[in-house]
Amino acid sequence: MMQSENTSDYLSSDNNGKGTISAEVSQMLAKEAKRVTTGKVIFLVATIVILIFSYRQSELNFPLLFQRGENMVEYIKSYFPPDFSYWKTYLEDTLITVSMGIWGTLLAAIAAIPLSILASENVCPVWIVQPTRRLLDAMRAINEVVFALVFVVAVGLGPFAGVMALFIHTAGALGKLFSEAVEAIEPGQVEGVRATGASKIQEIIFGIIPQVIPLWTSFTLYRFESNVRAASVLGIVGAGGIGVLLYQSFQSFDYGKVCAILIILILATSIIDTISAKLRNWLV
Amino acid sequence: MTNSKAIEVKDLTKSFKGKPALDEVSFVVDEGEMLALVGASGSGKSTLLRNINGLQIADKGIVTIFNTPIQDNGKNHSRIRRLRSQIGFIFQQFNLVSRLTVLENVLIGNLAKVPLSRSLFRQFRKWEKYQALAALQRVGILEQAYQRASTLSGGQQQRVAIARCLVQGAKIILADEPIASLDPESARKVMELLCQLNKEGITVVTSLHQVQMVRQYFPRAIALRDGRVMFDGAVEKLNDNRLTSIYGSAVEELVLRGHGEVLV
Repeated sequence: MMQSENTSDYLSSDNNGKGTISAEVSQMLAKEAKRVTTGKVIFLVATIVILIFSYRQSELNFPLLFQRGENMVEYIKSYFPPDFSYWKTYLEDTLITVSMGIWGTLLAAIAAIPLSILASENVCPVWIVQPTRRLLDAMRAINEVVFALVFVVAVGLGPFAGVMALFIHTAGALGKLFSEAVEAIEPGQVEGVRATGASKIQEIIFGIIPQVIPLWTSFTLYRFESNVRAASVLGIVGAGGIGVLLYQSFQSFDYGKVCAILIILILATSIIDTISAKLRNWLV
Repeated sequence: MTNSKAIEVKDLTKSFKGKPALDEVSFVVDEGEMLALVGASGSGKSTLLRNINGLQIADKGIVTIFNTPIQDNGKNHSRIRRLRSQIGFIFQQFNLVSRLTVLENVLIGNLAKVPLSRSLFRQFRKWEKYQALAALQRVGILEQAYQRASTLSGGQQQRVAIARCLVQGAKIILADEPIASLDPESARKVMELLCQLNKEGITVVTSLHQVQMVRQYFPRAIALRDGRVMFDGAVEKLNDNRLTSIYGSAVEELVLRGHGEVLV
């Protein structure tokens, strides 16, 4: 109460004492953005149009879910009980899937270090930055599954094709993330290194990398989590891992086995997610 | 002490977006001198210092270090890194690499002498570490050698920066407002360290805006205003009247602000 009284006193005395202040205040008030502008209306209309258009394009039909409700129940019932009779094979293939994730991420992180430096505006001139960024865009734009299809043709069926697919896609993603970390560094620290007569590469190793290492590690672990998930799908196109068995069980309507595989996958990914989240917390 | 020229600046001119920052600045610093650059903020002190070791390139003019032009009419010398390694630079904000240890920050002073193959893996030789630790002992913070630089106080960080210059084997130290971010006691320690190094033969050029500090520690001063040299000579002649005639009402910023309390 006391405070609010004081404030109002202060305001009123100001208004009475100096007319100029209230004029300035009203000027500032006039600068406040209007609630409804033509720009906002256009934006709203455009959003609605896009939503309707994409609704039709994706043939959304929610009533269908309920109409076929009985079929759905039947179908889901066929998943249970899960059939763990081949659990050893599933476990082995899950290990392959995780290994693919490890190597795909590791290779990508190594490749992303030089790529990210070349893609950072505060390190390299624009004629290097722009082509590198477009290259990273291209690597990221194409999904792992598409790369897997390409590498299955190139190196044959098996996990190696999957690792290469993960590697290329992840290198694109990490390159972009790494370079954003580099662009956010403290320039003074690099200048301190430069002033000693250090070369450009020495500036990067001593001035930049120590600053970005925690972020880089965190990004890499995060990509590792998502790569293990991605690796489980790659088997569908023949690029190794648990996906092969998953696909075969689907094809032979062996839903009990599908269920068992899915349970093992969920367990494996949640274990990896937990461990890497702990690691990231500890690092940053 | 020989009387050869350590730094020669000739007609140095630079402007930022049409605003002149340095306007035909010329002066000579002999080897072993201790020189203060005085001026209000925005008078061109920092720009001048950064131009002397080529962190910035001027539009016109020549900067010569020990008779080698480090920049000549807007172009850096092709072997600027070799020249830079002879010039230590101390920044107002210390500019240590905060996530490296104190020792590593000091070892950075060696980079110009270390082959790339070794610096790729951040490897230093034992004698280099020995030398760096000796430099830390010299500036009085040996105990903190294995801490991260970011854990030190401002005054300690500035002394790490000085140790880095020592490891560089710098013959010249350029200091850009080295004590402006420090408390009075730390400021005194840093200034006395610079004085000692100067007595050992290192040429020191420091920009400052505290005139009391200049009068206490420096025999010679150059006063800048709007990028122009307004005074160059013995500090005794730079009395209050002289300062007022140079800076007008801005003189208060020079005399009254800063670390006058140390000297009371």
